Amino acid sequence: MSKLPRLVNTLAVVALLAVFLWPIWQIVLYAPQYPDGVKMYIYVDKLGGDSPGTLQNVNILNHYVGMKKIEPDSIPELKLMTPILLFFVVFGLITAIFDKKWMYYVWTLLLIVTFLVGLYDFYLWEYDYGHTLDPNAPMKFDGASFQPPVFGKKVILNFVVYSIPHIAGYCLAISAGLGILASFLKYKFSKA
Amino acid sequence: MKRNKILITSLVILGLVAIFKFVACVTPEKPGDSALNSDAANKVYVAPGEYDEFYGFFSGGFSGQVSVYGLPSGRLLKVIPVFSQDAEKGYGYNEETKPLLNTSFGFVPWDDAHHPELSQTNGETDGRWLFINGNNTPRIARIDLTTFETAEIIEIPNSGGNHSSPFTTQNTEYVVAGTRFGVPYPQKDVAIDSYAENFKGMLSYIKVDEKGHMDIAFQILLPAFDYDLAHSGKGKSDGWTFFTSYNTEQKHDLLEVNASQNDKDFIAAVNWKKAEEYVAQGKFKEIPANYYINRYDDDTHTATSNLKKTVKVLTPEDCPGLVYFLPTPKSPHGVDVDPSGEYIIGNGKLSADLTVHSFTNMLSAIENQEYETTIAGVPVLKYDKVVGGVVVKPGLGPLHTEFDNEGNAYTTFFISSEVVKWKLGTWEVLDRIPTYYSVGHLMIPGGDSHKPDGKYLVALNKITKDRYLPTGPEMNHSAQLYDISGDKMKLLLDFPTVGEPHYAQGIAASKLISNSKKIFKLEDNQHPYRALGEKETKVVRDGNIVHVYMTTIRSHFAPDNIEGIKVGDKVYFHVTNLEQDFDVPHGFAVQGARNAELLIMPGQTETLFWMPEREGVFPFYCTDFCSALHQEMQGYVRVSPANANTPLKWSTGEPES
Repeated sequence: MSKLPRLVNTLAVVALLAVFLWPIWQIVLYAPQYPDGVKMYIYVDKLGGDSPGTLQNVNILNHYVGMKKIEPDSIPELKLMTPILLFFVVFGLITAIFDKKWMYYVWTLLLIVTFLVGLYDFYLWEYDYGHTLDPNAPMKFDGASFQPPVFGKKVILNFVVYSIPHIAGYCLAISAGLGILASFLKYKFSKA
Repeated sequence: MKRNKILITSLVILGLVAIFKFVACVTPEKPGDSALNSDAANKVYVAPGEYDEFYGFFSGGFSGQVSVYGLPSGRLLKVIPVFSQDAEKGYGYNEETKPLLNTSFGFVPWDDAHHPELSQTNGETDGRWLFINGNNTPRIARIDLTTFETAEIIEIPNSGGNHSSPFTTQNTEYVVAGTRFGVPYPQKDVAIDSYAENFKGMLSYIKVDEKGHMDIAFQILLPAFDYDLAHSGKGKSDGWTFFTSYNTEQKHDLLEVNASQNDKDFIAAVNWKKAEEYVAQGKFKEIPANYYINRYDDDTHTATSNLKKTVKVLTPEDCPGLVYFLPTPKSPHGVDVDPSGEYIIGNGKLSADLTVHSFTNMLSAIENQEYETTIAGVPVLKYDKVVGGVVVKPGLGPLHTEFDNEGNAYTTFFISSEVVKWKLGTWEVLDRIPTYYSVGHLMIPGGDSHKPDGKYLVALNKITKDRYLPTGPEMNHSAQLYDISGDKMKLLLDFPTVGEPHYAQGIAASKLISNSKKIFKLEDNQHPYRALGEKETKVVRDGNIVHVYMTTIRSHFAPDNIEGIKVGDKVYFHVTNLEQDFDVPHGFAVQGARNAELLIMPGQTETLFWMPEREGVFPFYCTDFCSALHQEMQGYVRVSPANANTPLKWSTGEPES
């Protein structure tokens, strides 16, 4: 039975690997002219969408109201997230191998804290894009904010905007859940 | 006295009533439409936002184009420019598509487009390409069904009036061409009344390779009959093509009388697999013949013309077993092969009956050498040895036949203006329904293939008269859609068409939808004058030729201010649309350009030629309402006198920050 926490933590690491295959988050914009929606995807190391032109199309839409161009090169987080995730993969495997109680706690706690910091960072970027507007923009709307929601649905002018996790986002949540479970199991087994 | 008066008055009144009744009986009364089926509206109603079940490709006849309809709604989806310049799309006006209209006669910006034909695999429509013939300056075009644009046009030499075309073989190994007007062979200055001596009729086989590229594989030299229509065999008759002919009298004037004398004309049955063998054995003559192959490339977004100089010609005298003539009453028009490949219907347009030949009978007649005679090396098979059946007095003026998937045939009758349904094998007439008016071709989706989709039938009429609101002397031709899923044909819909649709083709929408391109990928653009980003835009002068490398993206041109152009310069605006979003084309037009606009699809580059003839500052702008800032999508080009020193410069306004 003592193998169980190790197994669960290994599964948590496997769930983490999803970020290298699928997007973590998606922002989907619907408008009358976009019946299929404009789907922008946030990956661990890049921005993309359901078509190669998505980012350009979002930037074209944004320029009417003077929002900044989204340039993946100017977002340092896209370069940072891969090493951070790799750290969690390695640390997670080490935890499973050495099977120390503190390791389980630290791994899970750090992962959750990283998520929360990540979400806050995401909010800051969205705030920046939504509020830093070119004063020469063709269209001005007094007091309007174009900040998308961090999570959920929001109506911005003619767009209905959804901000929700993509596959890897759900996998991250599962990974954190498995981390908690592994820590709990380890706690129980070490007590017994 | 008083009684007499009453009697006389009564008699007069009675007499008047009788006369009135008699007159009323012979007063002309317009025959009414057949009662519309009460659920017809439901059957053709395609709710907003929903799709039609079939694509219909209708030839434009003298418009030179192909129009695409949704069926059963009859909604016009697109007009594809093919043989005619189309200012709406810049087709044949922009530098990229001009080469498609090159011929050995030079640039020919119009033709008479007759018979669309979908490519086939195993005798079934496969949705890769649509072929269509140009009748006047003999040509065949291929339309790519991923882009719905003309991809290739090939010229057919040694022909006049390419009517019996393109009619694919069952795996699109070949499309065919014929000559409806006998012409001197080789073309030369001779007396017209030397017709019988100097004129010939050439049939052509155009090889189609896996990419769809066409080239003439071989031609077959025949007597100068008028080769009218064709269909290739399928199933058991795969390997053969059947061409109808009229004017077997070989007359050259007043054909309406002189070419209508013979009781029987011929269907020419060509064994093209045998022809391949003869070509492989070198039994052909390589004859000088100038013809163009014009191909459009989706990566360079440009067409190129290639002049070919010779063709291989097979002659029946040298190639026994290549061609047989099947006597067929009388001046047969359409020739249609049933889905099994067994029956060959010769629609004898001046005949009272409809003649059906049997492929099996034909093979045994050939084997037993049941020949009536031989004309120019071509055996004429005995009529009663090849005929498989006759539909007796089905109507007046049969022109064309299509098929459903239950062994029924549907024939159009031009003179009696109706479609008649009859049974293959028993030859009995099952049903008839009027058309409005004087129907030519008919179309059942897949109706000339191995696998018809026998749900709808479209009648393509030649005369419109009172069907729609009057629009002056000229009316668009009418088409009717019928439900043929039951025992009785039912009229569902009547709709106007573009030009004069001759033939049409239909295909299940599901075979095409997923292949339809939404954008051209910018990274695949190989146009020699592309600008794949605003950083690549520039203006380059080379003598008096100026190349403008321009881009469009919502909602500006780069550059949008150009100076240093001079009167008499030859300016080429090469405009690349940087958009990568579905259905976001940009247009480009400049004042005084003596051609047309450009309409540039996302990822595409197109070129407009402009030769400024006066000095001044001239606006250019986007012609396709592209965005909320479309009206602002404009720019200026300054034209200086020819001897001026205005420096060449260009710019795009940068927002002040």
